[in-house]
Amino acid sequence: MEMNLEGVTPFEEEELKRNVLTTNLDQIKAWTRSNSMWPLSFGLACCAIEMMSTGGAHYDFDRFGVIFRASPRQADVMIVAGTVTKKMAPLLRRLYDQMPEPKWVIAMGSCATAGGPYVKSYAVVKGVDQVVPVDVYIPGCPPNPAALIYGVIKLQEKIKYEAKHGKRVFHT
Amino acid sequence: MLRTEEMLLNVGPQHPSTHGVLRLVVKIDGERIVEVEPVIGYLHRGTEKLAEDLNYTQIIPYTDRMDYLSAMTNNYALVHAVEKMMGLEIPERADYLRVIVMELNRIASHLVWMGTYLLDIGAMSPFLYAFRDREQILSLFNELCGARLTYNYMRVGGVKWDAPPGWIEKADAFVDYLLPQMDEYHGLITGNEIFVRRTKGIGIVSQELAIQYALSGANLRVSGSDWDLRKKEPYSLYDRFQFDVPVGKNGDLYDKYLCRMQEIVESLKIVKQAIDQFPEKGTIMGKVPRVLRVPEGEIYTGIESPRGELGCHIVSKGKDKPWRLKFRRPSFYNLQILPTLLVGESISNLVAILGGIDIVLGEVDC
Amino acid sequence: MKSEDEKKEAPRAKARPSKRPVTKKEEVPLEPSPKQPVLDQYVTLIKGAVGEQAVSESHINREAGHLPTIVIRKEDWLATARYLKRSDELSFDYLQSLAGVDYASYFEVVYVLLSMSTLQKVMIKVKAEREEASVPSVSDVWAAANWNEREIFDLFGIEFTDHPHLKRILLPDNWVGYPLRKDYEPLDKEV
Repeated sequence: MEMNLEGVTPFEEEELKRNVLTTNLDQIKAWTRSNSMWPLSFGLACCAIEMMSTGGAHYDFDRFGVIFRASPRQADVMIVAGTVTKKMAPLLRRLYDQMPEPKWVIAMGSCATAGGPYVKSYAVVKGVDQVVPVDVYIPGCPPNPAALIYGVIKLQEKIKYEAKHGKRVFHT
Repeated sequence: MLRTEEMLLNVGPQHPSTHGVLRLVVKIDGERIVEVEPVIGYLHRGTEKLAEDLNYTQIIPYTDRMDYLSAMTNNYALVHAVEKMMGLEIPERADYLRVIVMELNRIASHLVWMGTYLLDIGAMSPFLYAFRDREQILSLFNELCGARLTYNYMRVGGVKWDAPPGWIEKADAFVDYLLPQMDEYHGLITGNEIFVRRTKGIGIVSQELAIQYALSGANLRVSGSDWDLRKKEPYSLYDRFQFDVPVGKNGDLYDKYLCRMQEIVESLKIVKQAIDQFPEKGTIMGKVPRVLRVPEGEIYTGIESPRGELGCHIVSKGKDKPWRLKFRRPSFYNLQILPTLLVGESISNLVAILGGIDIVLGEVDC
Repeated sequence: MKSEDEKKEAPRAKARPSKRPVTKKEEVPLEPSPKQPVLDQYVTLIKGAVGEQAVSESHINREAGHLPTIVIRKEDWLATARYLKRSDELSFDYLQSLAGVDYASYFEVVYVLLSMSTLQKVMIKVKAEREEASVPSVSDVWAAANWNEREIFDLFGIEFTDHPHLKRILLPDNWVGYPLRKDYEPLDKEV
């Protein structure tokens, strides 16, 4: 992008180059969004404990701008941490609908991804993607906190990538 | 007299203080609770039905996921019942390893309870302290069996992995670290005016009520009964160790907190003694037939999990799969008393009393 | 102890019947269980208090550490339960476990009771037929039975008569079928 630099001293031009960064609005939005993802603390089962550990002192989720919110209306990301049962699925959908756009979903653990060890159970939904659209799947039973952090970083990358290229990411 | 109207308040199933997916339908009159109906089952995964199609070794990972805060004791509940039915001998080294991991797991579980309970009633920092120390136990388990939460460590007849070189010394060092650390917790929490005001004299359980509702664990002991299966019906090696059973006086939430904190200290004592007596050499798996066929019959065995009596009821028809497997989940029994405790209380005590019970929803719903 | 040895021997013989011919052992009559007098005392007490017909069967469950086991007739169960809890000799005040079992031809509800004062345990079984199964509720005797009976109703479909609040507890209210029955067919076929 060219700028009209008439009447600007060389010193000022140097300063401008160092301090001014041009981008488009979508990218700046994606940049801010991806660095302050507030997940809904949606602990369902074992994975919720690992999610809590990730928020604890040792792994310190706050470093990534991830701060747990108790209300879906304040959240951007839903981390589905645990087994989704048929009794829980309608409520999960309702919570997802209550979240404001834009919103993302992370399926944490093999239960949320595909039913996991409970895939043969009569009471379990075989993957949360049957209820809500999922952006990032994290394998593991339960995933290590490092794996959850990796998943969150992947989601950040995805948000930035989509803003930069203007198209949805389905498979990477 | 002000005219008040009854109001229906829904708590959960997505609520930060219900420790999972518990839903409470609360009828309130102003600030007073008139009626409570817990709605459970949001995490019902049908473990008992799945177990009927699996052989005994395959069921062990499912027990991990029942009470995910103390997977080791859950493992033990199942293998203990099967071993007792088959009349198997367990090598001493395996038995000591079992006791060490079960007690470490009890400590980890109580630390989570302490951290989240304080978080529920408004203190943030104990959570960070508790998880810092719990992380060390998880690292120990990670080194031992390669998992942080769902260990799948015990087998019928022994344990899966032997302690790696230096592991016992690390566990010993952890005991020496945590014992003085308990004073820090007491300094941080026990004398805190807000904490005392929020817990003393609240949620009182009488012994008669506790027995009527078949409560177990700290929920029962807080009312003055010294019921602990490790003492009353010693299983594994618990008759070899010196430890006390902390008992409460008033039956309120403050006593529950003191009881659980003291239980951590007692568990540390047991771990210390087990490490001192730990046999240098030995196998970790007893003589077990390749296909586990439990003789025909029926058994009920109970063990003391961090939350109370965890029972395992097996009906076998002589096959390698159970005909019926039923777990007596302590949280399920302990949660039942909640409506009785809450009626007449102020709404602000709801979370304090619920948190005091120490439920794990994976176990309630199974 | 002789009976201990036999117990260990029995499963091993059962474990691999195909590999080698099992030497058929003479059925040695087992030593009388140390708990036999206790069981006899329970049975006499129950029969005396509730009626001769109440106890339909009784034996010692050797695998479960010589646990006295009594099968009670369904019709007399509530009266027996009240007696078991309130009588001074027995005072079974703690309900340790409550399980339902589907034996394909009939249902069984198994109660493990414990006395906090004497530390005695007893296993009580109540049988119910498969068609329109029902068992009297004991939730006013032991409060702990309340949710357990709801759970059994939910998963087995055994009706507990006079239960204060008998509705599904774990599964949604609109669920069809009783999953822990042996003949249960799940509705979703993708499994």
